[in-house]
Amino acid sequence: MRMWRRRPSPGRLVLWVLFLGALAISARRFAFGLGSVTHLSDRFPWGLWVAVDVLGGVALAAGGFTMAAAVYVLHNERYRPLVRPAVVTGFLGYVLVIAALLVDLGRPYRIWHPVIMWNPHSVMFEVAWCVLLYTLVLALEFGQMVLERLGRLTMLRLTRLAMPPLVVAGVILSMLHQSSLGTLFLIVPGKLHPLWYTPLLPVFFFVSALAVGPAMVLVESFLSSRALKRELELPLLRDLARISFVILSIYLGLKVTDLTARGAWTHALTPSVEGRLFAAELLLGVVIPLVLLATNGGPGASRHVLAATLVVLGVLLNRLNVAITGMLAGSHATYVPAWTEVVVTLGITSAGILAYLWVAEHLPVFPQRKHATL
Amino acid sequence: MAVRLNRRQFLQLAAAAGAGVTVLSAAPPVAARAGWATGTAAAAILIDIARCIGCRSCEAACKAYHNFPQGEARDLSPTAWTYVRTIALQSPRPHLNLGDGGAGRRTFKVQCMHCLTPACASACPVAALQKTPQGPVVYDASRCIGCRYCMVACPFQVPRFEWRSPLPRITKCNMCAERQQRRELPACVEACPVGALQFGLRPALLAEAARRISADPRYVPAIFGAEEAGGTSVLYISDVPFEELGFPVVVCEPLPAYTWRVLGKLPGIVLTLGALLTAVEALARRRNTLPPPGGAA
Repeated sequence: MRMWRRRPSPGRLVLWVLFLGALAISARRFAFGLGSVTHLSDRFPWGLWVAVDVLGGVALAAGGFTMAAAVYVLHNERYRPLVRPAVVTGFLGYVLVIAALLVDLGRPYRIWHPVIMWNPHSVMFEVAWCVLLYTLVLALEFGQMVLERLGRLTMLRLTRLAMPPLVVAGVILSMLHQSSLGTLFLIVPGKLHPLWYTPLLPVFFFVSALAVGPAMVLVESFLSSRALKRELELPLLRDLARISFVILSIYLGLKVTDLTARGAWTHALTPSVEGRLFAAELLLGVVIPLVLLATNGGPGASRHVLAATLVVLGVLLNRLNVAITGMLAGSHATYVPAWTEVVVTLGITSAGILAYLWVAEHLPVFPQRKHATL
Repeated sequence: MAVRLNRRQFLQLAAAAGAGVTVLSAAPPVAARAGWATGTAAAAILIDIARCIGCRSCEAACKAYHNFPQGEARDLSPTAWTYVRTIALQSPRPHLNLGDGGAGRRTFKVQCMHCLTPACASACPVAALQKTPQGPVVYDASRCIGCRYCMVACPFQVPRFEWRSPLPRITKCNMCAERQQRRELPACVEACPVGALQFGLRPALLAEAARRISADPRYVPAIFGAEEAGGTSVLYISDVPFEELGFPVVVCEPLPAYTWRVLGKLPGIVLTLGALLTAVEALARRRNTLPPPGGAA
């Protein structure tokens, strides 16, 4: 394999070490239980893994469906060069979410149970089905690249016919469970802090996923252009930033309306941990990126990359706040992730980056030069 | 918040009591049998905090019946499906059974509340938790995937998890469902020496609770569980306000309703979105392939 021809870079070595560390910790978890590697408890059964690996991971994988929707549904050919990297991100993102679930679930070998053991009243049931079906859709989209790489052109042409309905199905599935991850928390009105508990939770989760999708594609394009020494498609990236700007503005408008309507601003202004982290989430993840994107920078993309990075971190902080910060007081619990939990999260992320780099080097993810000049 | 009954609600409850109460207070097991026979209503347990003397017989009986290690528990756990909590009172008041001897504290049994519309059962993606028509909320370990959403969802923080097991289960009180099927009382109820626990049909127990409250002014005019989380099959009455005893503040609406309001809209949303996106896709494709204006269509 080409990857082994040269020695791995120091950056990749660190990623490998984190990944192997996560594997070792997972092995301990499977031998001695979740209590042996986490600080989770009966009063606080969901922690870092659910907040970041699952809720955050699913949100950050949203680039796949937003780009696919732009190109295959809206037929906006401009974004075609970004579809494949976005689909790779989406597919790897979901595979990693499932990997994280396998570590976090008590009985991971029964992860398929929701397929035959139904409870349609359960939001988790709906999430399970959406993740399953959407991962299948992403796998089929991803499979196109594999078929192309293997030169199976007849098969490629046949499967391409199925793309529009597949993408429509994928977009619906994605919209559904991006919002459902917010719906999960509607059942805890007594536990989740009023700064985050609102009937609009599903809407907020969905809109923030829409905003972070293009932002994540932007960040990744930038990072992979560095890692793989490719040129950036600057005009496209600025467009992504513009889309993100529009959706973020809608998000901010909704957020302000919601907090005002519920009279929850007082909570945001009190000097509590919740208030501070809520302010951080809104300022760093929404307001500052909006200001950065609204004011015109130089010819480069650094301002857009910075704004997009802040949006990505803001969405991660939002998911952390909903699942952890906002739930602590109402659950009468204390929880700080164990270092082992942190390593597993870092290791899973590392595995994602390594896989992305490998795919980018071995599969036709990025357009040939002639297609790139639009 | 504890449900406060006004006088009219009291009278209504008391009126609704009828013959069932008389039978119940005379011989609980008989009334319970009537319930099993008809199956028209779910069984429930009434816990009278004013009567509880803190002897922990219920706790011991539960452990003995389920083969759990004996010893006093401080919290619910996989091997303590019920335990007796002790609360020191800020302002002592004489105990119904122990008089001034027990004035400084109150004790009461804690376990699964067996909600009428349980959040845990609604949350479980594989229906491992279910509310039986007979009353108990039961758990089927063979379905459980260990996602722990039930624990997040439960407003009373009852479900426990085997954190130290490689193949963990969710654990909680099952109201001795299998004993009930054999027409026996739950082990804890059977063990109570002072009648602080009573087993029977829920409407009858509500009436009995109202009767005790109206008969004795020392009782707080509230039945915890009458409306909490949409109503529970475990009911508490007390001579000390529930807030003072540290009972959780729980919304009165059934919790599954909060998520169901959204979930119920999904089929419509899916159909609308499907039609909309397909139409948009077709239109966009047509626009892209359309010849310039003036050309043949």
